[in-house]
Amino acid sequence: MPVVEITQTIDARGLSCPMPIVKTAQAVKPLAPGAVVELLATDAGSIKDVAAWCKATGNELIEQTSDGAVYRFVIRRK
Amino acid sequence: MDEPLNLVLFSGTDDKLQAAAVLTAGAAALGKPVNIFLQYWALDAFRAAKIEQDHGLAPEAGPAGRIAVDALALAGQASWAETLRQAKDLGAVDIQACSLSMDLLHLESTDLDPLVDGVEGVTAFYLNAGEGQVVFI
Repeated sequence: MPVVEITQTIDARGLSCPMPIVKTAQAVKPLAPGAVVELLATDAGSIKDVAAWCKATGNELIEQTSDGAVYRFVIRRK
Repeated sequence: MDEPLNLVLFSGTDDKLQAAAVLTAGAAALGKPVNIFLQYWALDAFRAAKIEQDHGLAPEAGPAGRIAVDALALAGQASWAETLRQAKDLGAVDIQACSLSMDLLHLESTDLDPLVDGVEGVTAFYLNAGEGQVVFI
């Protein structure tokens, strides 16, 4: 299994919609294409929002997991 | 995604402005341009001296709504003004004051918070709106 190096962790735990997406878009903007970030969020809306944002912006949602309380997303920049 | 989202903000209560700020930030994150046109009581809420104040809630909120909104703010929800600042930082968000409302409220450009980019009439607003949706809040 290839190891994915995470450039940055975006901690959006405790933030309500739309801040997890806003923080993600802000963090990803200056990064080089191919860079990988990790987003941690507690907003239940982020499950669909992150997927929709990735689809619309062309960034790739590599991984999506949850421990029940925190949702974790791994995103590769376009 | 290229057509802008066009928001006409009329109401000046914090709940409606928060809803508008959320729509704006979401669009900005998707790379969609947003044009905001401030009329009447929404414009009043963008006065530099008043923007961080309590602007009340829409009548339908009632006492239970007040409690719910306060709880979200206590949990760390960004104010609508802060959400708009972040949206502007992220994408193409243009906020214009309606010139008629400026006259109505006896306002000068210098009275407004720096979030407001300028003053325009309704024709300029429609021109910039292009084929994009117009939403009235």
